[in-house]
Amino acid sequence: MSGKLRVATTSLAGCFGCHMSFLDIDERLLTLLEVVEFDRSPITDIKEVGQCDLGIIEGGVCNAENVHVLREFRKHCKTLVAMGACAVNGGLPAQRNHLDLRDILEEVYHTELGLAHGGIPNDPELPLPLNKVHPIHEVVKVDYFLPGCPPPADAIWKFLTDLVAGRTPHLAHGLLHYD
Amino acid sequence: MSETQTFSLDGEDVPFAPGQTVMQAAQAAGRWIPHLCWHPDFEAHGSCKLCTVRANGRLVAACTVAAQPGMAVENRTPDLDGRRQTLLQMLFVEGNHFCPSCEKSGNCLLQATAYEMGMMTPHFDMFYPDRPVDASHPETLLDFNRCILCALCVRASRDADGKNVFALSGRGIRSHLIVNHESGRLADTDFAATDRAANICPVGVILPKRRGFAVPIGRRKYDPAPASVVDVVPVKHEEEAR
Repeated sequence: MSGKLRVATTSLAGCFGCHMSFLDIDERLLTLLEVVEFDRSPITDIKEVGQCDLGIIEGGVCNAENVHVLREFRKHCKTLVAMGACAVNGGLPAQRNHLDLRDILEEVYHTELGLAHGGIPNDPELPLPLNKVHPIHEVVKVDYFLPGCPPPADAIWKFLTDLVAGRTPHLAHGLLHYD
Repeated sequence: MSETQTFSLDGEDVPFAPGQTVMQAAQAAGRWIPHLCWHPDFEAHGSCKLCTVRANGRLVAACTVAAQPGMAVENRTPDLDGRRQTLLQMLFVEGNHFCPSCEKSGNCLLQATAYEMGMMTPHFDMFYPDRPVDASHPETLLDFNRCILCALCVRASRDADGKNVFALSGRGIRSHLIVNHESGRLADTDFAATDRAANICPVGVILPKRRGFAVPIGRRKYDPAPASVVDVVPVKHEEEAR
């Protein structure tokens, strides 16, 4: 064993903006790699999550596959972090929550002007959308929350270095943002 | 001339004049007690409970309780700030507070107070209520999704503008802000964008139209310093945020 913390990350109903902000820690990523190694993550392209010390979830839960992946992460990660507005409170995808799902699909795929009226996609490979979009803490136990849309790179850096050092993450004024 | 009377706030003496509330005296002394529905220019409402302090061992609203000589008031204790965070979390799940798309972000007292309390998550299950906006007025938008029922617009319209444009309707969990007109539309009232009520909302319900991002994110009211610094003397809340 390398003695490094094993970290997995994924984006559920998110835009990968939080992952982009994560990459914005720039050369500090190399410093981070001295103490962590990546399991499933867009960085490694590993498809299934293995046993990890830390799981980082971007995005809320909007379909059946999100629920599956989230539960897999919870099962395999000692510590689970909700990263970004969507994971924390549903964010932008949750803005559909006051609308009826069938009405949305009808309008987006069928009745909207300029469409070919091809109908609502129903390929069995497509994960079924949920009636409502949920923040991840409504589905699994979440240990830490890192808000922001996205959280600034400096906030992600502070948060991760606190966690890796065994401290409760603390974001001072200027690093804690909901927008 | 009577001697100046004082009470203690987190162990430090705060002077007060007879008749002043704990909130008024603290504010005058440059001390911050978290609050949402309180505003120096209007009668206390006592509804948000963010300003709850422990005075001589009892939980009371600092905006309504009169300062008494020798009173021992606890304010920023972990216990009270923890209760405040819970109140904020309930406000955040009850409405639709989607900061990334809100023009008030950075100028918002709800958001700034939640930052100050270190709120990292809404914690509870989200309500996601359905609250249509009222865009009927040519100059002002009403986005009820963000309403925290502080009633500052109700008080400002009634007490400063003499118009009574807004009201709280319903009870308990069904309480909501309404426009005081048969049609329920802001355009049908005598509301004007120059009203005090148009510039009093601590959150992003009452917003001027066509003014998006006039001040960029990063240079807004609570960007340079937290609410506990920005919101003490001088006690002007809303003007500089606009």
